Amino acid sequence: MISRKGKDLLIQNLFLFFASISILVLFLIMAFLFKEGLPIIEVVSPLRFLFGKSWYPTYEPPEFGILPLIMGSVAVTLGAITIAIPLGVATAIYLSEVANLRVKELLKPVIELLAGVPSVVYGFFGLVVVAPWIQDLFDLPTGLTALTASIMLGIMASPTVISISEDALSSVPISYREASLALGTTKWHTAISVTVPAALSGICTACILGMARAIEETMTVLMVAGGAAIIPTTLLQPVRPMTANIIAEMGEAVHGSEHFHALFAIAVVLFFITLALNLLADYISHRFKETGSATL
Amino acid sequence: MKRQQIYQQVAFGGLRLSTLTIISVLGLIIWFLGKEGVSALSWEFLTQAPRNGMTEGGIFPALVGTLCLTLGAIIFALPLGVFAAIYLTEYAKQGRLVRIIRLGINNLAGVPSVVFGLFGLAMFVEYLNFGPSILAGSLTLGILILPTIIRASEEALLAIPQTFREASLALGASKWHTIYKAVLPPAIPGILTGTILGIGRAAGETAPIIFTAACFYTARLPHSIFDQVMALPFHLYVLATEGTHFEKTLPLQYGTALVLLGLVLGINLIAVIIRTRLRRKIRW
Repeated sequence: MISRKGKDLLIQNLFLFFASISILVLFLIMAFLFKEGLPIIEVVSPLRFLFGKSWYPTYEPPEFGILPLIMGSVAVTLGAITIAIPLGVATAIYLSEVANLRVKELLKPVIELLAGVPSVVYGFFGLVVVAPWIQDLFDLPTGLTALTASIMLGIMASPTVISISEDALSSVPISYREASLALGTTKWHTAISVTVPAALSGICTACILGMARAIEETMTVLMVAGGAAIIPTTLLQPVRPMTANIIAEMGEAVHGSEHFHALFAIAVVLFFITLALNLLADYISHRFKETGSATL
Repeated sequence: MKRQQIYQQVAFGGLRLSTLTIISVLGLIIWFLGKEGVSALSWEFLTQAPRNGMTEGGIFPALVGTLCLTLGAIIFALPLGVFAAIYLTEYAKQGRLVRIIRLGINNLAGVPSVVFGLFGLAMFVEYLNFGPSILAGSLTLGILILPTIIRASEEALLAIPQTFREASLALGASKWHTIYKAVLPPAIPGILTGTILGIGRAAGETAPIIFTAACFYTARLPHSIFDQVMALPFHLYVLATEGTHFEKTLPLQYGTALVLLGLVLGINLIAVIIRTRLRRKIRW
């Protein structure tokens, strides 16, 4: 019979174990990605892999340069944040500073709800509606382009940007606004010169996480980005972002082949890009947190 | 002053327009899929297997598959997530260990879904030799939704006032007894919200299950957790990108998209409603 204290300690350690599982899983993910991805450096040097300009994994001899895939990801992500950040931040400012409480209480849950729409549904919409529209508009041979993917990703990333920015704006103490308004400024002037600067770290975090959302998105870009592994010169060309490439080719890559390892190596690159973005967001939100008397 | 007011009018107009744009674009997507999809919906569509090389028939096996995968993911992630949240809120002293655990959870939440898919393939399908199966897919999805559940549970537990714990401890209850009897029960609605959001996420994900669980077509319903299954999101992807019968299967695609959208939005709506009620009702 163990004592009550002993039992409590046992339970505590059990819970500690469960809490550590997230770390364990993260570690396992890295371990398995490296295990399957690292062997590619026997075939191609890391620099040639990252900056090689041709991706012909099934040619003889194969070429494993993922620069076209990286540039594909960069193109659609830049396109997406050009749409999502201005629209998202403006909407967040509207919800937090302009809209009355009833509008805000209605729209916030609606936006959260929309953040949950499955990516394959966005991809499908892009495929049957946006792509034909882009094709007609620019008179292109195909509507599956970086622009189409950018538009869909921009729409998908905006709920993330809105939610987090709005949280940041709402947590700015009301006294900041009152102090500014008492000096005779307009609401808009107060928003832009007091509230937004005070919430800037949260808004930056929102933008970075929105960007991460766009770069990691898989199904949408797989369906609407076009899938050509070339370095794009305009947004009207088809591209093949890293995520899409992995899904598109994993099915046919022979297990344990160079191609298979190369695809895991792309996942390693992707993992570290998103890890860096998340750490950056984490750092900004902690480091530049407003330290006023009433801030959280 | 006059000029300032004009600035404000213009600026607010711009902000309103942005909000309207985003809401209407998102609304348009849902309206369009609803309008096109509703004609494909029927009792047969929901209860029959695909026929004639998936150009006719329904989506029943895909519905069942998605149900199995989602259920499996929750069975795995819910206890783990709640236990982890209990440790973080009730036991842990703020310090380096907790900071590291939190960082781990945050970063796990940021891992791309396709990376989860590859990890599931390498670990569950290959290394543990489960093969592409409900088990492998559920575990992969479970890991994917773990951070969602931990965060929601943590939030729910933190919302329980300290006095609840103090009252129980003052009566001589042990720490565990206090958590079990005084802290967990009032936190259940909050934990439920997170769980439902997790279910919605798991039901809609495609990339993590393509190589761990999903198959193109099977009319057979799963018999064990080692079976491969069809899944709604993957089914939609297959129909929409399989070139030869694209036009012919378009009604099926709209129908599948609508069912998937309805399922996920419906699940999320339940979560949002519970949470809104919770925020309004509870005053400790």
